[in-house]
Amino acid sequence: MLTAPTLTAKTPLDPALRRDLAFAVQEFNADYAETLDRGDIEAWPAFFTEDGIYRLIARDNADSSLPLSLMSCEGMGMLKDRAYAIAHTEMFAPRYVMHHITPVRITDFDGEIISAQANYIILETLVDEPTRLLQSGKYRDKFVMQGDRLLLKERHCIYDTVLVPTCVVYPP
Amino acid sequence: MTNDCRLTETHAQADISDLVWPTDPAEIPDWIYTDQRIYEIEQERIFRGKTWNYVALECELPNPGDYIRSYIGATPIIVARDQQGAVHAFENRCAHRGAEFCKTYRGNTKQFICPYHQWTYDLSGALVSVPFRRGVKGVGGMPADFKLDEHNLRGLNVTTRHGVVFASARDDMESFEDYLGPEMLDQFDTVFDGRQLKLLGVHRNVMPGNWKLYQENLKDPYHATLLHTYLTTFGLFVAGNKTMILTDSKGRHSTLCNARPQGRPENDQTKSEIRSFHAAMQLADPRVIQLIPEKDSPWTSNAITIWPNLVLLRQTNILGARHIVPMGPNQFMLIWTTFGFADDDAAMEQHRLRQNNIFGPGGFIGIDDNEAIKFVQDGMVHSVPRHGVAPLGKDAEGPEVVITDRAIRSMYRHYRDEMGL
Repeated sequence: MLTAPTLTAKTPLDPALRRDLAFAVQEFNADYAETLDRGDIEAWPAFFTEDGIYRLIARDNADSSLPLSLMSCEGMGMLKDRAYAIAHTEMFAPRYVMHHITPVRITDFDGEIISAQANYIILETLVDEPTRLLQSGKYRDKFVMQGDRLLLKERHCIYDTVLVPTCVVYPP
Repeated sequence: MTNDCRLTETHAQADISDLVWPTDPAEIPDWIYTDQRIYEIEQERIFRGKTWNYVALECELPNPGDYIRSYIGATPIIVARDQQGAVHAFENRCAHRGAEFCKTYRGNTKQFICPYHQWTYDLSGALVSVPFRRGVKGVGGMPADFKLDEHNLRGLNVTTRHGVVFASARDDMESFEDYLGPEMLDQFDTVFDGRQLKLLGVHRNVMPGNWKLYQENLKDPYHATLLHTYLTTFGLFVAGNKTMILTDSKGRHSTLCNARPQGRPENDQTKSEIRSFHAAMQLADPRVIQLIPEKDSPWTSNAITIWPNLVLLRQTNILGARHIVPMGPNQFMLIWTTFGFADDDAAMEQHRLRQNNIFGPGGFIGIDDNEAIKFVQDGMVHSVPRHGVAPLGKDAEGPEVVITDRAIRSMYRHYRDEMGL
């Protein structure tokens, strides 16, 4: 069965703090999307902490508590290996991808870790083919501040588009 | 009144006298990948013919009442476990008005109820009740001679081996063991050794290509070191490794085995043929390709094709079944079911999950194959028809000769027999 995820804020945050955090995460997401959309995959690992976790998860696996991911990276080594494979070893037709990310909702902040979520869609365009929907999903994120930068400690992308059109090359 | 027709009933065949197989044994006509008439004959003669079709793993339905949606050829079916523990497979189409009533990937139920008029079936697909059978106040309702058991869901014969479920529309099938033959059975048991399996997850993708291209892909050792730069770059599979490709006596099943060298291979002569070899590359995190010895096998990977709809892949510590579901001549769905063993410890399960970055529709080499198959179908659909060729190697050569199209040719000899082409 498809079930609605239940994630709500644990404690009410000060509205001004919530607004500031949401703005910071929104800026981060815009930068993240712009980097992937211009095809600069080797700049992608720098959005994560050294121990950062990235997972791309089909909604039906998440709903059935099955642990498989379409992509999974545990730490900077695996993030860089994924980026290298896309840039240098994988064979795929050239494509444009375009992220569209909804406004961010801050779900928790414990003084260190910011929990946030947003929905996304990704449109994909191949040469001489009409643009199509590649992914429709949700980001479930945990951010930390390092210096003056936000970094992802964890990004789970849970996608509704379970029947993947051919393949997902670039990480959502 | 009866509609208990079989899934195997034969239909009038379209005229295909314009389709003539080329005389050169290396040539494969491209109309087998694009023609709607051929596609429909395949559904009848191959998928509903004398074949055992992969439909599920038993670990997907461990408990009574568990079920999954599945397919035999293009036909949607349900695979369910009844209260006594027996596994059944039957069509996902109500016997009344034809509704495809089961719309969930998997679940647990006591019975299946078609939502349109609430015809109710048990876990074996037998019709157990229909509403208003006697009408209202004695008026209307079913004819007096209506018999529930003449309106069961059309069922399939089911066989299982070591936790894998196969189904056939035919009653006159040989045993699954005879269907595979001794060499392929030995390969099958390398992946499924009888230990209880544990489901890790399922991925699905649609492929803009003919379903047979996927069977060919795993019968084609030629492409492995040329297309899959990841394999050669990181030393998982290099031309010159100990390798073999073996087919069964009928030429329909095959296995491509490879023994990976210890450590990282040095540059050698064979790799100078591979344009994109990256001699200096090392993974930043080599856990993804780390081999944890777990099988008493001389091979580190086995790619097994079981005719007509299953590819089994054991690569390093990845275990997976790929179910081919045709969706018309120019498209198919691939269902990737990934598993481990029930007695894996947490570290081993995590290792298998990590390693699965290699396969699937987001995998380091899964992407290569999916894209290459789309390229092939694009060429066949967009351009002027022209026979393809599979000319490499000789049919009489042994399994150790791997720069060969031998297994592709043997599959099409069997295909022509089944199809009457």
